[in-house]
Amino acid sequence: MRSILLIVRRSLRTHALSTALTVLSAGLASGLVMSVFNVSQQTTNAFTGGEIGYDAVLGAKGSPLQLVLNTVFHLESSPGNIPWAMYQEWRDKPGVRYAIPYAVGDNYYGHRVVGTTEDIFDQFEYQKDRPFEFARGRKFDEGYREAVIGASVARKRGLALNDKFQVFHGLDYSPVLSQLHPEVYSVVGVLEPTNTPADEVIWIPIEGIFRMSGHLLADGTEATELGGGEIPDEQKEVSSVMIKFTSPAVGMGRYANTITAINRGDAATIAYPIAQVMLGFLSKMGWITKVLVYIAYLVVGVASFGLLASIYNTMNERRREFAVLRALGARRSTVFTAIVCEAATIAFLGALLGYALYAIVMFVTAYFVREETGVHLDTLAYHPSLVWAPVAMVALGALAGIVPARKAYATDVARTLS
Amino acid sequence: MPLLEIEALTKVYRSPEGSDEVVLDVPSFTLEEGAEVALAGTSGSGKTTFLNVIAGLASPTTGRVLFEGTDVTQYSESVRDQWRARNLGYVFQTFHLLEGYTALENVLLGMMFGPGADRRRAKELLERLGLEGRTGHRPSQLSVGQQQRVALARALAGRPRLVLADEPTGNLDPRFALEALGMLRELCREQGAALLCVSHDPRVLDALDARLEFADVNVARSHAGGDA
Repeated sequence: MRSILLIVRRSLRTHALSTALTVLSAGLASGLVMSVFNVSQQTTNAFTGGEIGYDAVLGAKGSPLQLVLNTVFHLESSPGNIPWAMYQEWRDKPGVRYAIPYAVGDNYYGHRVVGTTEDIFDQFEYQKDRPFEFARGRKFDEGYREAVIGASVARKRGLALNDKFQVFHGLDYSPVLSQLHPEVYSVVGVLEPTNTPADEVIWIPIEGIFRMSGHLLADGTEATELGGGEIPDEQKEVSSVMIKFTSPAVGMGRYANTITAINRGDAATIAYPIAQVMLGFLSKMGWITKVLVYIAYLVVGVASFGLLASIYNTMNERRREFAVLRALGARRSTVFTAIVCEAATIAFLGALLGYALYAIVMFVTAYFVREETGVHLDTLAYHPSLVWAPVAMVALGALAGIVPARKAYATDVARTLS
Repeated sequence: MPLLEIEALTKVYRSPEGSDEVVLDVPSFTLEEGAEVALAGTSGSGKTTFLNVIAGLASPTTGRVLFEGTDVTQYSESVRDQWRARNLGYVFQTFHLLEGYTALENVLLGMMFGPGADRRRAKELLERLGLEGRTGHRPSQLSVGQQQRVALARALAGRPRLVLADEPTGNLDPRFALEALGMLRELCREQGAALLCVSHDPRVLDALDARLEFADVNVARSHAGGDA
């Protein structure tokens, strides 16, 4: 075994450049496979919301996917509004643990401004058994222009307690097109990080959205025209309602027909179960993952052939080495094993490098996904590919070593040394 | 019992034209334990083939190669490899040191497949041959004379019973040739190894205890074109 290790070590050193390049290509292959599987898995996990603390989203008639993206992930535009009464109806239904209204339409430098009720701090769970917690300050008072901001908003915008700010009209910020609302809000609370898109959100009282200059009520008038008076319920609209049932049986059983009827009707859409909606979307996009997987496999194949070619090309110059080793008493099997081990070692080093590349890819991907969507990918999460991809790379490397090893095996000692 | 006995040994090569060429025809040859024998022969007389057959690197067409009474031609290849590693040292005309390895590692390779690597012994041998400051050097960083000494150390490192030397001084400056030969003989004597040396250099042939004309040993009438 010592002799094989010495032969492998010396060969890797002697052919350092080709070794390094082959290790790099094996590393790219292994890292790519692990990255594709893990990014896909983590994205699916993050967007199918296995941990989301509520069950359904009620909103305007349209695509359930758009509704979920808009309400859960704070992406996409809102499909429209539904009457306040519909929110009240669901809030008061038996078997509904809570119903939280959302009203959207403004942003603060791209951070979505969501009008809602205090219930979001009292009852809501953004993930199972995880309510919002305050890092600093308190929840807003619904009668004032007060805001509670997510952790990322505080960090990225440098907002702190008692800071004043004005919001821009529209869901997306554009320095040219955005209109600044004159209403000034005061930060009264900063939430602890949740590692969800909620970190990117500014929460204000829903009345604030209704009364924002330029926002129209259901009848087309502005609330400001009402002065400080109460807005009649029939004039209020919400973008969506997050609904949590007291148990899964409520949604699946008691309200199954109601949900079906709503979705068949023209007034509203109810996205339920949320995970199913996202899973349906992601499975439609699954072909992208498949293509990436095939590309990754192709890269693995190319890397394996590259490894084979790299070692095979050294066989002629190394023929004398093998003949000398044989003359010194090395068995054919020793020489054969040394070449296979050399190929496997290169693949192994590549697999180690693959972990580093994988870490970089995951880190960069997680960074961009977090910045763009607020969704946090778990970069340290385990996926079986973290084991089988490097093992397969080493096995393929050893397999690729068999071809040159056979050539070394067949070296004619007497002829080569004469 | 002689250390090495050869009986009715032939080696026949088939030429590209289809005719058989008898390269070796050695009716009988013996070498006693610890003996020194020089085989004198011209280039192309089959000396190297003779050594390769003894070493088991080439198979004879007919005949037997008895080492301590056992016919090594009957061994399987892997057993023959092991036998070679444990009992034989080989000094090549062009040294055949491995460039990717240091001087010390080249010597260690001479032990690894036989008795096992002994770093201390390998170093002692190199020091003994005046290479104490060169153990970490690669062959290309050594002079020709130093390379030859590394090759000698490698051949003797595994304490072989028989050392085969193929024109061991052929690549050396005449000044160093006898010095190298002296080292080889000295090491063989110390270890009790027999030395079978083929050469056409008269200084080498005269220096060893016994000298035989290879043409008397090998009676083949048809010779191959080269020292194959």
